[in-house]
Amino acid sequence: MSNSATLEKSAKEVPASNEVLANDVLVSLTNISKTYKKGKELVPVLTDINVKIQRGDFVALMGPSGSGKTTLLNLLGGLDNPSAGELIIAGQRIDKFSSSQLTKWRAQNVGFIFQFYNLMPVLSAEKNVELPLLLTNLTSKERKAHVAAALDLVGLADRAKHYPSELSGGQEQRVAIARALVSDPNLLLCDEPTGDLDRATADEILALMQELNQEQQKTIVMVTHDPRAADHARHTLHLDKGKLIQE
Amino acid sequence: MTFNWLSQIFIISLMNLRNIPQRWGTSSVAIFGVACVVGVFIAVLSMATGFQRTMSNAGSPNTVIIMRAGATSEMSSGLSYEQTQWISSLPGIEKNGEQLLSSAELFVVVDISKKTTNTSANVSLRGVMPAAFAVRDKFNIVEGRNFEPGKNELIVGRSAQKQFNNLAVGSSIKFGQTEWRVVGMFESGGGLAESELWCDAKILQAAYRRGNSFQTIRAKLISPSVLADLKAAVAADPKFNVDVKLETAYLSEQSAPMTKFIMGVGYPLAILMALGAIFGAINTMYTSVSTRTREIATLRALGFGAFPVAFSTLFESLVLAFVGGAIGSVVAYFLFNGYTVSTLNFASFSQVVFDFAVTPALVKQGVIFAAAIGFIGGLFPAIRAARLPVATALRDNG
Amino acid sequence: MKYFYFIFKNLTRKKVRTSLTILSIMVAFLLFGLLRSLSAAFDGGAEIAGEDRLVTIHKVSIIQPLPQSYLAKVQALTGVEKATTANWFGGYYQEKKNQFAQFPVLADDYFDIYKDLIKLPPAQLESWKKNRVGAVVGRALVDKYHWKIGDRIPLIGMFPQKNGSTTWEFVIEGIYDAKTQGADTSAMLFHYDYFDKSRQFGEGTIGWLIIKVKDPKQSAQVAAAVDALFENSFAETKTNSEKDFAKSFAKQFGDIGLITTLILGAVFFTMLLVAGNTMAQSFRERIPEFAILKTLGFSDVTVMLMVLCESLVVCVFGGILGLMLAKFIITGAAVEFAATLPGLGMSWKIMGMGLVLVILLGFITGAAPAIQGLRLNIISALRRN
Repeated sequence: MSNSATLEKSAKEVPASNEVLANDVLVSLTNISKTYKKGKELVPVLTDINVKIQRGDFVALMGPSGSGKTTLLNLLGGLDNPSAGELIIAGQRIDKFSSSQLTKWRAQNVGFIFQFYNLMPVLSAEKNVELPLLLTNLTSKERKAHVAAALDLVGLADRAKHYPSELSGGQEQRVAIARALVSDPNLLLCDEPTGDLDRATADEILALMQELNQEQQKTIVMVTHDPRAADHARHTLHLDKGKLIQE
Repeated sequence: MTFNWLSQIFIISLMNLRNIPQRWGTSSVAIFGVACVVGVFIAVLSMATGFQRTMSNAGSPNTVIIMRAGATSEMSSGLSYEQTQWISSLPGIEKNGEQLLSSAELFVVVDISKKTTNTSANVSLRGVMPAAFAVRDKFNIVEGRNFEPGKNELIVGRSAQKQFNNLAVGSSIKFGQTEWRVVGMFESGGGLAESELWCDAKILQAAYRRGNSFQTIRAKLISPSVLADLKAAVAADPKFNVDVKLETAYLSEQSAPMTKFIMGVGYPLAILMALGAIFGAINTMYTSVSTRTREIATLRALGFGAFPVAFSTLFESLVLAFVGGAIGSVVAYFLFNGYTVSTLNFASFSQVVFDFAVTPALVKQGVIFAAAIGFIGGLFPAIRAARLPVATALRDNG
Repeated sequence: MKYFYFIFKNLTRKKVRTSLTILSIMVAFLLFGLLRSLSAAFDGGAEIAGEDRLVTIHKVSIIQPLPQSYLAKVQALTGVEKATTANWFGGYYQEKKNQFAQFPVLADDYFDIYKDLIKLPPAQLESWKKNRVGAVVGRALVDKYHWKIGDRIPLIGMFPQKNGSTTWEFVIEGIYDAKTQGADTSAMLFHYDYFDKSRQFGEGTIGWLIIKVKDPKQSAQVAAAVDALFENSFAETKTNSEKDFAKSFAKQFGDIGLITTLILGAVFFTMLLVAGNTMAQSFRERIPEFAILKTLGFSDVTVMLMVLCESLVVCVFGGILGLMLAKFIITGAAVEFAATLPGLGMSWKIMGMGLVLVILLGFITGAAPAIQGLRLNIISALRRN
């Protein structure tokens, strides 16, 4: 049922300066299902998901509470394995990966942005951003350069030495975005990135993400239940009761 | 809300205490910590108390001990027969009819094995004159009879008999070539003498080839006030060449190094350990507060006061500390009270046998100590509980 | 290591808690250091005591004197290489609290028998022998009382002189040093001859005999032969190897030593339990942060190592502080107690043992949270946030 074509149809067209390169599929989900065991019962969370996401896309994932948005995001991020189906990201079948393979894969391929920012309270902004780079072979000097660039990109170059407790919510989220960007991942995954922010700040953050998508060609998948947030994306996917719905 | 604080405190405290099983790990560490601290505190002090009791029970404020000038202990003192005779001319010594209440004595050590380890120990053997029994206030023979002058007979202290081999009444024991018969066992108010063996001074002089010399004199004063006169009289005549001391002063001098050692180890130890225990309690209570963040916030939202919330946290800490303190005291009491040990008193080069004494005063000190730990340990977490911002606390865990 | 900064930051997150943890670990290892050093010092005498040396004392007790004639008789026994004598003097210097060992000895023989433990420059030995009231003192005493060669040292002893005075004056002619670590250098030695001729009573007696046997394997036989020699005399003897003698003397303190050890042991483990629990607690509180690290791509092993590393840093820091403090205190106390507890010192062996314990503690404390970190389910941990 669902394939790339239907996705093209169901997704709402948004005005974009740069058109997404066609036929460069970054993420491909085929017949993906996920069930949890609750006591003796099997609870289906996702059923038979078929989606392809192009490189350079900005996809909003919408749906009511319990529809499986976050679970889908976790699968895309390699935090969890699907119960069935085929999940290919950047040419790799990650559904077959072991937990330690996934760990390594995550470090190289995805950046996470959370609702509550999840910065390390003991580290300054720049040190937080530097964290993922510790997993690479970069020298301390190179790391510093990357961190400075990432902070500059999110407009927080002047807050590098500040600690999370000294930053506003929007600034914290910018640091989190910088952290997600710094290792130049294939995919940015955001779970309600504006859920804890006021309207104006949320718009700033969304504008930043849009800019990253359009100017830096970052592929972004964003879980949200705020339609105004979804408006910033190129496409929107709707989930309900673990299934993709067509419009 | 018309709850008064008292009932608020009651309700919240009860809730906290019911919640303890969910935090059993840290709570039991806190209890265990306090129990150990209090137990060690009491154990060390009961050792010091027992030792001091043994040393001080022996002394009487009316009795003086006369030793050669400069002698550091009975062992290192020596008095000639003439010196002991001149003493009778001194003022202030009590008489019983014609008999002067003064006893010239010899003090040696003999090698007897300890019952517990079968290793040799220096046991005091004291040769006394008949007046010795009148000089000492609390002396009585509880088993057998007194030795007969001129015979190789011994009477043994109750503690010595408990601690060393071959001292049962009726048995005989050989020191070198001389064989002694144990004919009696005595008590002396729990004092130091109970660690000793006694015999006739004349016999001991012969057995130890001491000729007609002695080591010390113990004498009873008419009243404590004559001590100054006695000292002046001794100082006035260089032929005496002796020191006169109250027996109590002498004994406290003798026990000082040991007591100092026990206290010197005990108190710093207790303070250091208390720090550890306070630290454990603080940690436990912070955990308690943080696991109940939402509960506390809900209560505050319902209108419970900040003070009852804080106080109930403090109360929980105190309860844990009291439980720990009680366990520590009880264990220390059963483990140590009345436990008889002996050690070498360096000053006299001989064994002192004493019992650990877990007195009510010590237990009280221990409980106060526990309460202090509980209070300090609960104070800061209590303040945190009171200051908890209600709105964020509700949302954070919501 | 690029992770150290992060670990360090985590340690300084709750400064009070971390300092208290370090403090209690420090206290525990301070106690450990003090305790081990003390008990090593108590046993030390026995440890360095020669197997080939015997000590003969009066059977009734060590305070009973033996006739001086015993020396010649013992010398004549087969299996005895050399024998000498010593006495107890029991004096103090200036004040009663300044008590230390003083032995009237036979100069040449004494230093010959103890040549494996102590040494005196030959020139000083010669000048000592020429001075009837001369004495030699050990290094530990010199350090404590700041004496020097040529000083006149009055001692108040338990033996009165013939003129009735108990004050004896000696002139320091030499200073002897330890050859082996832990050897006692806290005694003052002077001439037996001078002591014996000057004292009021007890002339012609000695305190104990020190016998060097030709073959250490024959020690027991020689000891038995010595005791047999004086059996049924008025002064029967008891001969033991110097090692047994030192051991049995240490045992006189007996119960107190044991109880103190037990109590301090209890303290040690209580402190460790409290510290360990606190650290584990601090890790539990940070589980959501570990989850984020894992989300970012930090591997299970890295997270586990970071936890272990943190607990090791705390333990090692606290432990080394404690051990160093113990070393400092023991070094200070060694001078003070040189006379009563010779050989008091914190050896490298004790330090090493302490370090091993410290590292073990670090592992044990870190193990539970580290494994928890290893097994952490990211999704449920993140949800807890």
